[in-house]
Amino acid sequence: MSNRPTVQHFNSPKHISDYPVGPAFRAGFLTSTNAGWRSERPVLVAERCTLCYQCYMYCPEATVFKITGAVDFDFDYCKGCGICAEVCAAKAITMIPEKR
Amino acid sequence: MNTTKITARSITDREFFYGHKACAGCGGSLAVRHILKVLGERTFTAIPAGCMSAVGFIYPQLCFTGNAIISTFPGTASMLSGIAAGAKALKLNNFHVVGIAGDGGTADIGIQALSGAIDRRDKVIYICYDNEAYMNTGIQKSGLTPFGAKTTTTPAGENIRGSVTHKKNMFEIVAAHGIDYAATASVGYLQDFINKIQKASQVEGTSYIHVYAPCPTGWGVASNTTVNIAKEVVDCGLWYLAEYECDEFTLNRNPKTFTSVEKYLRSQGRFKHLQAHDIEHIEEMRDRKWERMRRLWRSV
Ligand SMILES: Cc1ncc(C[n+]2csc(CCOP(=O)(O)OP(=O)(O)O)c2C)c(N)n1
Ligand code: SF4
Ligand SMILES: [Mg+2]
Repeated sequence: MSNRPTVQHFNSPKHISDYPVGPAFRAGFLTSTNAGWRSERPVLVAERCTLCYQCYMYCPEATVFKITGAVDFDFDYCKGCGICAEVCAAKAITMIPEKR
Repeated sequence: MNTTKITARSITDREFFYGHKACAGCGGSLAVRHILKVLGERTFTAIPAGCMSAVGFIYPQLCFTGNAIISTFPGTASMLSGIAAGAKALKLNNFHVVGIAGDGGTADIGIQALSGAIDRRDKVIYICYDNEAYMNTGIQKSGLTPFGAKTTTTPAGENIRGSVTHKKNMFEIVAAHGIDYAATASVGYLQDFINKIQKASQVEGTSYIHVYAPCPTGWGVASNTTVNIAKEVVDCGLWYLAEYECDEFTLNRNPKTFTSVEKYLRSQGRFKHLQAHDIEHIEEMRDRKWERMRRLWRSV
């Protein structure tokens, strides 16, 4: 997970002098997550996973990551698009409704 | 120069485009992710006005973890030339300069700057992610919108059913410059796309990749279907995987039979209104294109 940026605190400018000079700012600076976009979430049945990593490759969010013997998801940024479940030839991933 | 094949197993786990606000299932964001993974940390990225800059640079949420900048809408390629010249003046070594522009930003408003960069043989990589309309401003027709597609400027009515023009032949327009390397790709065939990004990164002059990148919002399809659609468009022959280098065109994939064009079209909201003879016309145009490609291009 250290291969991805994480949320940081942003000190909102209080005064005009707090604004950056010129339109440049720190790369990879995240202030919000995308979890609230999701209406479904992927669930992996690890026994079925063949470690082909197609879910990892095809995720537009880069929220699938490799762990020993399986894959896992970054639920802070997964939008629940369902592509991982579609590309999994072993049908190891299913989408289930997100409940509050 | 790393020439070992990049695969699902060997590709870096580092992410250079993360936390972006693209719609769920966006094909363009999948393209951007892999372009930056293949090119790596020492990459200067310029992205013009369009969805990928709009979803990636939302101050203070900055989703590119490398050196990235928004260019003017028509100026992607000229900004790439400027970055390359600046890097040369600073005597930098071992880096890439990449531009990632939409279909509107490439085939319409940015085509002149792109033509100039290719003419100068600047060592830059230009990648067009083609979602077949101006999506960021609300789905207007571009020069790469296919025949029959409904957009807000080519509505489907009784007399005219969507776009009346066909896609500009951007790949061959670029190749006609005698560019060092050009290729077409699709986010549905990622390994092929990754190989081509890697190849482009090793070219001494200018390189161009045109990657097909479905947009669930603009095309009226579910978010989980975009990768399948990006495979299907190649399988049904409405898009093709090819390369151009050393004055020669190569078809990377030459299917013996095509899957159903009708099925491809009918699965998308933007083509729902098409009549049987419209689909026949699209098939005719496909067959004409493939007849020519098979006759004139090398195939592997
Ligand atoms: C000179 C100029 N004209 C118009 C615009 C408005 N504009 C911003 S993004 C965009 C659409 C971009 O379409 P495309 O290049 O296909 O990328 P997409 O949004 O589809 O990813 C337009 C028209 C602009 N920013 N600058
Ligand atoms: S409108 Fe289309 S291209 Fe733009 S972010 Fe959404 S899915 Fe991607
Ligand atoms: Mg577009």
